[in-house]
Amino acid sequence: MIKPVLLWSDLLFFLLIAATFAGGWLAARTEHLRLAWRRVGRSRVAMAAATLLAAFLLIGVLDSLHYRERLPGDGENYAVEVRSALDALLTGLRTRQERTYSAPLATHLFAKESLEGDQGRDFPRLKHGGAHLGADTAGHGADLLAKTVQGMGVGVVAWLVLWLGFLPARQAAPHLAWDAVLATLFALCLVAGPVLLLAQGYHVLGTDKVGQDVLYLTLKSVRTGLLIGTLTTLIMLPAAVALGLLAGYAGGWIDDVIQYLYTTLNSIPGVLLIAASVLMMQVVIDTHPDWFATAAERADARLLALCAILGITSWTGLCRLLRGEALKLRELEYVQAARALGVSGARILWRHILPNVMHIVMIAIVMDFSGLVLAEAVLSYIGIGVDPNTVSFGSMINTARMELAREPMVWWSLAAAFAFMFVLVLAANLFADVVRDAFDPRASR
Amino acid sequence: MLAYLIRRLLYALPILIGVNVITFALFFVVNTPDDMARMQLGVKRVTPEAIERWKAERGYDKPLFWNDAAAGTGKATETIFFTKSVKMFALDFGSADDGRDIAREISLRMGPSLAVALPVFALGLFAAIAFALLLVYFRASYLDFAGVVLCVAMMSISGLFYIIGGQWLVSKVWHLVPISGYAEGLTAAKFVVLPVLVSVLAGLGSSARWYRTIFLEEYTRDYVRTARAKGLSERLVLFRHVLRNALIPILTGAVVAIPTLFMGSLLIEAFFGIPGLGSYTIDAINAQDFAVVRAMVFIGSALYIVGLLLTDISYTLADPRIRLQ
Repeated sequence: MIKPVLLWSDLLFFLLIAATFAGGWLAARTEHLRLAWRRVGRSRVAMAAATLLAAFLLIGVLDSLHYRERLPGDGENYAVEVRSALDALLTGLRTRQERTYSAPLATHLFAKESLEGDQGRDFPRLKHGGAHLGADTAGHGADLLAKTVQGMGVGVVAWLVLWLGFLPARQAAPHLAWDAVLATLFALCLVAGPVLLLAQGYHVLGTDKVGQDVLYLTLKSVRTGLLIGTLTTLIMLPAAVALGLLAGYAGGWIDDVIQYLYTTLNSIPGVLLIAASVLMMQVVIDTHPDWFATAAERADARLLALCAILGITSWTGLCRLLRGEALKLRELEYVQAARALGVSGARILWRHILPNVMHIVMIAIVMDFSGLVLAEAVLSYIGIGVDPNTVSFGSMINTARMELAREPMVWWSLAAAFAFMFVLVLAANLFADVVRDAFDPRASR
Repeated sequence: MLAYLIRRLLYALPILIGVNVITFALFFVVNTPDDMARMQLGVKRVTPEAIERWKAERGYDKPLFWNDAAAGTGKATETIFFTKSVKMFALDFGSADDGRDIAREISLRMGPSLAVALPVFALGLFAAIAFALLLVYFRASYLDFAGVVLCVAMMSISGLFYIIGGQWLVSKVWHLVPISGYAEGLTAAKFVVLPVLVSVLAGLGSSARWYRTIFLEEYTRDYVRTARAKGLSERLVLFRHVLRNALIPILTGAVVAIPTLFMGSLLIEAFFGIPGLGSYTIDAINAQDFAVVRAMVFIGSALYIVGLLLTDISYTLADPRIRLQ
């Protein structure tokens, strides 16, 4: 039996997904939003990027379903480690640990070691990588080739199943760029199939210094990246929207105070403010070890605090934009009319101004995402990012940075982290571009 | 103009005070000096005496805002807020945890920081504008499209990749320049070339794409059509009309960054071992040297405010229609 664990970040993440669905439902009922999203849906680039993002999101959701395993024996005792559904799916990858570095798809360790007995120095055989080949690794190349071809076959079959699954959706919404979705899925299947088969017997992306599978680490990093990219915006959004609209609509001393607030925050160099806040947060967490039941909870608290800190330092831009927009909208006839009819200020803001700045908010959400994912890597590198126990792209790069200096070079953990991050950020950037063009009233023609 | 500048400078004062209050709240109210002492000394083996000694050594053994025990003005000045925050306005930063004077350290490290940051700024601006102009000149062609794709790809790559990749390729494989380090005088060039190139490359994608949109927006204006209608060559239209008018939004983004160049780049300096203010800050962050971090926050915000002021002045230079009053 297992005991489900709901970390705070999981809760917020699921809330966010629910909010996205609710927002989608609302958008479908509103004419101009539906039109804008239809423009996004017609774009091949956007649909391909959305498919990739959905794949990342699937990994992130699986990795957010946390639980604690029950320990063998009597009584209600549960393991200290918090695992996720993704961990359970990837049990093989997680447990097949080697002693140290090994290259992608290798059968031997990366460095020579003194062997037992009197056999001199040689590359020791891996415990798990290519273990099914036996002591003699003559069939290594052929095995790799066979598994790759088989994997591609599996991928094509999986794609065909998906293709069938998409048939009803395509009939329901024929104007969307489904061909781009299917093409992206085809590419994904073609890569995932071989990886899936090869991962049964090899370390597809090699192993790191302590022998952990790099593929497993990269997949685990996806959740951290997604959380930082989305939760940060979610946390700062209410403050940015409320203050920005209030400043623009109310004017007077309220405007002055809010402007002063964001100018002051803005004038502190971002990285330094983040660094100072993270340092302080670290002191709080370290001096109160009794707040957290498990290491996972502590790491989770640090992740959330990092999101909050990033949010506090990044809401000013959106706030200023919204203030300007509210200033403009305040003078428009329909707002004047509402005021003349005696509608209260709060209601005008909520009913008449907020819906008309939603496109700016929307654009800000998608545009911020990629920057935040990249920022996480840099912050973790400087040592003010996520908890050292949290796997993230930044911490992977951080632990791998000295490996380039080795001779011969250990390149795969760096390459894997950078490649995954590149795909995620590129997809987000492309998607954001199309969304911006679709929602920007100036661009619509 | 002068009256405007003076007013702006006076307006900067409350902002700086605000920055000070925020950092003070961050460093001393969220975590009391006791917490910091416990953290620095290690959580497990701390005696109250050790904490008191740690606080006394660093001047944290006073009340936060108001000292009833002191006499006269000492009630306000013999406090942590006064000794640690207000003195910053007189550029008195105190000493770091290792006992060195922070102000002296900053003046020493400013040189190396500028040696990297200035060329990065100038070259980066030039490269991005040149690239954007090229794309705009060939707008709506395959070259333009390929350029935009390149920009999006370049801005999707982590900055760490440029640094690590550049060090590996240029220094390790080609053996052209040292991987990291710094030297005084002209030999510094050898150490500065790679960090400058890497940072220019890392920033090129996003800025070139942004400048391109600005240029394209100018292209839709009526005066451009008029200029073309009266028979001006495409090159004249681009350089004399579009570039000149697009300078204003470009200047807003660029000029505000000039004063903060003094702060150096955290990442680049840490990676390339340049003994500038950026690496100083990083070391302070890693060593949890609060005095240094606080000083850098203060200087950074002061420089940012100067940058805002410079932006306003540069407006009047770029666009004679704008008058400050």
